[in-house]
Amino acid sequence: MVEFALPKNSRITTGKTWPKPEGATNVRKFQIYRWNPDDGKNPQVDTYFLDMDKCGPMVLDALIKIKNEIDPTLTFRRSCREGICGSCAMNIDGINTLACIYGLDEVSGDVKIYPLPHMPVVKDLIPDLTHFYAQHASIMPWLETKTNRPAKEWKQSIEDRKKLDGLYECVMCASCSTSCPSYWWNGDRYLGPAALLHAYRWIIDSRDEATGERLDNLEDPFKLYRCHTIMNCAKTCPKGLNPAKAIANIKQMMVERNV
Amino acid sequence: MNYMTDRKRATGLGAAGAGTHHHWQMMGTSIALVVLVPLFVVTFAIGLGGTYEDVIAFFGRPVPAIITGLSLVVGIIHLKSEADEAIVDYMHGTAQKLALKFVAALSYTLIAAGLFALVKLAL
Repeated sequence: MVEFALPKNSRITTGKTWPKPEGATNVRKFQIYRWNPDDGKNPQVDTYFLDMDKCGPMVLDALIKIKNEIDPTLTFRRSCREGICGSCAMNIDGINTLACIYGLDEVSGDVKIYPLPHMPVVKDLIPDLTHFYAQHASIMPWLETKTNRPAKEWKQSIEDRKKLDGLYECVMCASCSTSCPSYWWNGDRYLGPAALLHAYRWIIDSRDEATGERLDNLEDPFKLYRCHTIMNCAKTCPKGLNPAKAIANIKQMMVERNV
Repeated sequence: MNYMTDRKRATGLGAAGAGTHHHWQMMGTSIALVVLVPLFVVTFAIGLGGTYEDVIAFFGRPVPAIITGLSLVVGIIHLKSEADEAIVDYMHGTAQKLALKFVAALSYTLIAAGLFALVKLAL
């Protein structure tokens, strides 16, 4: 059931304000969501100040600087620092995106950083993506064939390969799924834009021979048809992909095989 | 305590094998309403302003009666489909099932009442 208010133990309180850097003239304020499962307290928003003359240009640079120089308990995921691994997805200035490729100059005013919305939080900026990954696994994200293996490789024409552009680039950061209201309300059963984009990537692959089974597995009022073309997924995708279009294409294929 | 695996939780009871019919019906009624709504508005406007007998006679003619009937049936079916979507989105469990049945009962009652009134006007 849709809920309009956070449970009591999830309501955010004002947290600690850390001192401003001494002698700095170019100071920026960061408000960051903090929650520790071990202290039994409600989530809080801590305030940090950084000297921007000594900070890199990206939001992730600021987070790493805070962790290294101010508060080593601040917890977040990060790895590649170039938008490939998808680890550092978080809600920055109200937008789900990757901290490593989101510039501080793209944020006006204070920088507000929260974990990806409507997901259980493990700690601070780390959401629990267990169910998200299990949903991805459920769409069989691999090449499924029935023909005996060819002697060399599965051949694909240049035209067929081009159909995968705009799909294979997804890094599974979960920005799209966690920006989708349908996924917020029905994330337990609705697969969400990321898993459906990946499903379409394999459905449209000319080498894959399980198209029918893949469509069978998606023919469900919840798994696929909770998408109402809200388009938040396409708007927020840090890689510039369009999951809503992929979902629309799946729906079109469903109609084609029914009518 | 529930020891269900993450994969089993994600798969749930599997695909219901339904949903496309509803999607296709929504598209069909949407397109039909693009044509029917302007026709109904024009028809209704033409019928306005006359005496009681004139209006009865007007809606007793085949073309206005058929346009009104189709608009009523297609419009309410579309409304029901949209309401079903909203209910499935925002309600769960027994409340959801009861709400779906209530909307279905209300929709079919409105269609029956509307068609009955139209037939009564025509006869």
